[in-house]
Amino acid sequence: MSHHLVEFRDVYYSYPDGTLALDGVSFRVLHGESVGIVGANGAGKSTLLLHINGTITPSKGSVTIGDVQINAKNKQDIRKKVGVVFQNPDDQLFMSTVFEDVAFGPLNLGFSKDKIMDVTTGALSQVGCLELKDRAPHHISNGQKSRVAIATVLAMSPDILVMDEPAANLDPKSRRFLINLLRNFYHTKIIASHDLDLILDVCQRCIVIKKGKIAADKPAMELLSDSKLLEENNLELPLTLQRR
Amino acid sequence: MISFEKEYFNLGFIDKLAYKDCFMQSIDPRVKIITTAAFTIVVVSYSKYELTGLMPFFLFPMVCSSLGDVPIKYILKKLIFFSIFPLLIGIFNPLIDTKPVFFFMNTSVSGGWISLISIFLKFQLTFSFAVIFIATTPLPQVCAALKRLGVPDIFTSQLMFLYRYIFVLAEETMKMLRARGLRTFGEASISMRDFINMAAVLFIKTCERAERIYRAMLSRGFSNTIHSIKDISLKSADLLYLAITTGLLIFFRLYDVAALSGKAITRGFLR
Repeated sequence: MSHHLVEFRDVYYSYPDGTLALDGVSFRVLHGESVGIVGANGAGKSTLLLHINGTITPSKGSVTIGDVQINAKNKQDIRKKVGVVFQNPDDQLFMSTVFEDVAFGPLNLGFSKDKIMDVTTGALSQVGCLELKDRAPHHISNGQKSRVAIATVLAMSPDILVMDEPAANLDPKSRRFLINLLRNFYHTKIIASHDLDLILDVCQRCIVIKKGKIAADKPAMELLSDSKLLEENNLELPLTLQRR
Repeated sequence: MISFEKEYFNLGFIDKLAYKDCFMQSIDPRVKIITTAAFTIVVVSYSKYELTGLMPFFLFPMVCSSLGDVPIKYILKKLIFFSIFPLLIGIFNPLIDTKPVFFFMNTSVSGGWISLISIFLKFQLTFSFAVIFIATTPLPQVCAALKRLGVPDIFTSQLMFLYRYIFVLAEETMKMLRARGLRTFGEASISMRDFINMAAVLFIKTCERAERIYRAMLSRGFSNTIHSIKDISLKSADLLYLAITTGLLIFFRLYDVAALSGKAITRGFLR
């Protein structure tokens, strides 16, 4: 079976304060698919993403990556396959220099020193931030932080790329750069965002989450053209479709 | 500008100095830690009435600040600000130690005054050298050096995170103070109730962020040890710096250079 497959089976998750964040979510993402996760604020998108690499485990139901159901014992192995880019780059960049931050994952994967240098340099070049390699993360702009955060994950060559609001801090040019970068990433992608134009550009399929449940799961173009459905979920037609 | 913001940018200034491309910044941090410690021990080892013997040691901060491109004005500002501490330590010396030690222009000078000046000089020397060390060594390098010198991983990791996130915490505080400032219409002082509320919110934000950072670390395969790709190694320039510094420290400690040079100058005049 493919390592790039993601399957949620009737997943429920409640936070310790009793908030039900996921309420029976089931879907299957196939090898190489790009899936956009959209929904109103607090709908459960981020909680859903945190399940994909076992950061949090379901209260009920199961999450399967490839042919392995995530549990406490195999979390570490799952994290080698699933790369997660978090919403706030300040949470993702915790080392003292950009280079060391990008090398953090490969070092933990036990790569050789030469390979670490190669993949780190490669990932930084891919996001156009190689010249920042010796800078401290707190001395670079928010847009640069976002790009470096993406490099930290690309350096680990994940089979599945998961991103939470990847374009939130980016200027239009950097955002376009990111879209092109994601288009060239041929493995499985799961992207949660309010930037529906980005979802339309990058994803073939789109899932709408509403109050912890799947409200719709359709091809991106079909779903993002449905103004009634989008409105029910505090969303709007993507700008590119509004002009038509 | 709110004084907190000034302090934040001041912190950023020291950090930027440490990343400059100068000789002092390029020296191995372990060598700098050892020489700074040796300098402090040698200066403090002088007797409480020593004045002239301390003078040659001013050569160290002067040369090192210029080699590290650390502005003298910056060091002087810090020295003036913190000078209150040695003065507080020695302020009662002139009252306790009234024994005259020597006469200057027909006025007797008591041992207490000499020891107060000596404490003050020792502070100026050690503090300015420590400021130069901090301003020319990025904290991650200090952590790496401490780790190599045998300090446990848990302490160096904590120090590194403190350094990384002190900027984020400062930014959060700055944003909160700005938001408060915009809605208090010029009222500068913060009431105790507001202060407690803001501190509580900051604490909760910090805890939440710590949790998110830990998640991000776990996602990238963290298993309780922070590995580092950069290995620090001694270069010939480091050994040269170490040799010159220790050589001069020993020479200055063994010989009263000020007295010797005084004698040499007087001899020159007499010829």
